[in-house]
Amino acid sequence: MDTTKPARILHAAAAPRHSATSTLAPRSWLRRLAGPPRHAAAHAVDADGPAPATTWRLFLRNRAALCGAVALALIALLALAAPWLFPGDPLDMVAEPLLWPGQDPHYWLGTDSLGRDLAAGIAHGARASMLIGLAAAAVGLTLGTLAGACAGYFGGRTDAALGRLVELFQATPSFLFMIVVVTIAPPTIGVISLTIGLTSWPTVARLVRAEFRALKERDFVLAARSLGYGNTRIIFAEILPNALPPVIVATSVMVATAILMESALSFLGLGDPNRVSWGSLIGSGRDMLRSAWYLTAIPGGAIVVAVLSLNLVGDGLNEAFSPRLRGRA
Amino acid sequence: MNAPALLDVRGLDVHFGRHQAVRGLDFSIAPGETLALVGESGCGKSSTALALMRLLPADARLGGQILFEGRDLTTLPAPQLRALRGNAVSMIFQEPMTSLNPVLTIGDQVAEVLRRHQGLTSGAARRRVLELLELVRIPEPQRRIDDYPHTLSGGQRQRVMIAMAVACRPRLLIADEPTTALDVTIQEQILELLDGLRREFSMALLLITHDLAMVGQWADRVAVMHGGEIVEQGSSRQLFNGARHPYTRGLLGASLGLGAAPHYRAERLPEIASSIDPQTGARGFTLVQGRPTPFPPPPAAAAPLLRLEELHVRHPGAKPGTHAVDGVSFEIARGETVGLVGESGCGKSTLAKAILRLVEPEAGRIVFDGAEVSALSGRRLRPFRRQAQMVFQDPYASLNPRHSVAAILDAALRAHGVDVRQERERRARRIVDQVGLPTTALARYPHEFSGGQRQRIGIARALVLEPALLVCDEPVSALDVSIQAQVLNLLVDLKRELGLSYLFISHDLSVVRYIADRVLVMHGGRIVESGDHRSVWERPQHPYTRSLIAAVPAPDFGARRGGYASRAGGLSRPICDTQSLTVHESQAP
Repeated sequence: MDTTKPARILHAAAAPRHSATSTLAPRSWLRRLAGPPRHAAAHAVDADGPAPATTWRLFLRNRAALCGAVALALIALLALAAPWLFPGDPLDMVAEPLLWPGQDPHYWLGTDSLGRDLAAGIAHGARASMLIGLAAAAVGLTLGTLAGACAGYFGGRTDAALGRLVELFQATPSFLFMIVVVTIAPPTIGVISLTIGLTSWPTVARLVRAEFRALKERDFVLAARSLGYGNTRIIFAEILPNALPPVIVATSVMVATAILMESALSFLGLGDPNRVSWGSLIGSGRDMLRSAWYLTAIPGGAIVVAVLSLNLVGDGLNEAFSPRLRGRA
Repeated sequence: MNAPALLDVRGLDVHFGRHQAVRGLDFSIAPGETLALVGESGCGKSSTALALMRLLPADARLGGQILFEGRDLTTLPAPQLRALRGNAVSMIFQEPMTSLNPVLTIGDQVAEVLRRHQGLTSGAARRRVLELLELVRIPEPQRRIDDYPHTLSGGQRQRVMIAMAVACRPRLLIADEPTTALDVTIQEQILELLDGLRREFSMALLLITHDLAMVGQWADRVAVMHGGEIVEQGSSRQLFNGARHPYTRGLLGASLGLGAAPHYRAERLPEIASSIDPQTGARGFTLVQGRPTPFPPPPAAAAPLLRLEELHVRHPGAKPGTHAVDGVSFEIARGETVGLVGESGCGKSTLAKAILRLVEPEAGRIVFDGAEVSALSGRRLRPFRRQAQMVFQDPYASLNPRHSVAAILDAALRAHGVDVRQERERRARRIVDQVGLPTTALARYPHEFSGGQRQRIGIARALVLEPALLVCDEPVSALDVSIQAQVLNLLVDLKRELGLSYLFISHDLSVVRYIADRVLVMHGGRIVESGDHRSVWERPQHPYTRSLIAAVPAPDFGARRGGYASRAGGLSRPICDTQSLTVHESQAP
């Protein structure tokens, strides 16, 4: 499952030498992440009562989230298979210009004004969009989690200093910030991802900070301190795994936002000129919106599908993790 | 019982999905009577209370009949039910901290009930609220009526809840663990208040509790629940003198607050063992009274293991001069168990954390095994960390839900330099066995265990480093009576096997009396009394100790309360002026 990837990466970074975790299959890992059913105690169900549904099963039961996950998996597959499905550079002119979809079975999504295959553009664009989405989310997650964990765990001056920093970033108009960066630095995928990540970490930081503040008061953290564990171990191995569920939910939305931001940047022609992305496809097609509207509509539809499925998956995860919404059935 | 029953419950069933919480419950309450529903957590007593008010969550299914004054509450339409709730039947809950709305003044919250059910104008409602606050003995009601809940203590909030519940002079009051969250001395006052109100208003009281000792004192009749069924019911005198059902007998045997005062050096606590007959599926209970194994006599005066000298701890942000721990000095000898008793907020938990260097003391010295540890920090503190460990109160919060038992124990050993993996596994297996869990427990996660088992895991985590001192902060307060006996027995066994010293902190005098060699009484951040476990009980010196001891409920079968029968003879001690009652006299049926 594609959506679990950033989370798994993060966890591996969090507890690298955890022998018990590393041997587990991702599926059971997700189940473990869901942790104990938090409502079990509140309802005083006997030990011999029914086993509460796991997060994993709850997620699968949510039909909308499942649709999103399937759509996302297809997009990921398309992105991965693009070099084999459409070998060669998608920016090459391959056929006569402005073929409508279905007009030539070989170029079934048609061609643009320069005779470039739109289907190849969509497939390779998925690659760029997904890559930027994941990379930006990874940057945002790493920065945000580190900052939020330190602020929440240490409190005091660390918290105040990081709080100011978060406010500084939140007060900056993020899109303007991106435009400034790509006009100074070369607009490669790496730079764009980093910039999007830099504008999105404050959200994660605030989330993680709130979780840490609540969790560090719990007795198991006190127990860890009384066992003589260092701060690093307590932050990454004791508290962080408990703070992850809301962060994972936020991640899916972060990926979606990153894809949208990159598209907007490419639409303005400020993206990487050597790579096709969905945004640049729309951007180059917008001149012919009245005569060849499919050049805008098809990549636009791809963005809508990707962002929508990411949001559906996020909602599904949120519901599955939330103890309040968990069914007692 | 000649009078027709006020409440008659017949064959009550409550299902949550496939899980049946309550099975075929039959009981009745006469007007003005107190019935106690006693049972351990998960036995279905709270589901019963909620079923009576039809307050169960939407996915619960009800079966059977609940006849209140002849009307079946299970089929009553919603508008009529609402008219009944808070009016003829009302309820108070366990947690006074959360059952009041924090953004409304207490006066508004009580007045709301009166306006809703009796249509009083706001002026009349306010006058009536003042009377009610007086009735539940809130000091200075004129001033407190416009206060918000957070400015009130737990006991006062529970009084406000009671004022709300009795505002419309209900004929039945359901009290679901009304005193569990409160200190012992406050518990006593709240129960006295409830009993007084019961007499005053001829109100029937359904008291739902896990506390058997309390039942003997305040209830006319007792119904004992287990696994969703009533296993035995009868008058409280009957039950305490000749319980027939083995489960009831087991509960009575395992309760420490009742009658005899056993001590760990002399006897073991009886444990209830439950078994299911494979043929009939019926549950059987037996009382296991293990034989006490001889203890070595308390050690002669050698160098103490732990010595505190004038320890002061201040909460961060507290005003200068206000100390949570205010100049505490005492010693713990090797192999000794010191009990520390005090009510919530007296500083006992802060003291425990300060001893283990989890909070920083402001002044004073902590000397452990001859070496001062109060000035150490970081890596140099590690040898002390191995020697002194803590067991926490809440077995649900003190274990990291994301780590398996093996991982929890393994990490502790690795942090203290046990580098050989086989050695760590061997020690983990041994300690799990010592705390009475199967080896298969190692691979499982905390949420797969019951409360008592989790507390065993907490003890295993503390003991896996083979410490000399174990600080137990309310280790059995969150556990059921029968589990409490098992955990106390375990602590005694481990002490003998491993030669441990304990600092045992509890608000419960009867538990401390059993487990401690020496008792310290803490009040307002200071040790106000200390002495041998017997002398503190028999010859308390400090008035605070005396009030604590007086507050421990004793099963004297209604001797301290106005009995059910005495009601006919009129009020023995009116607790409010009769004027306040005449206001609504016309509304009484």
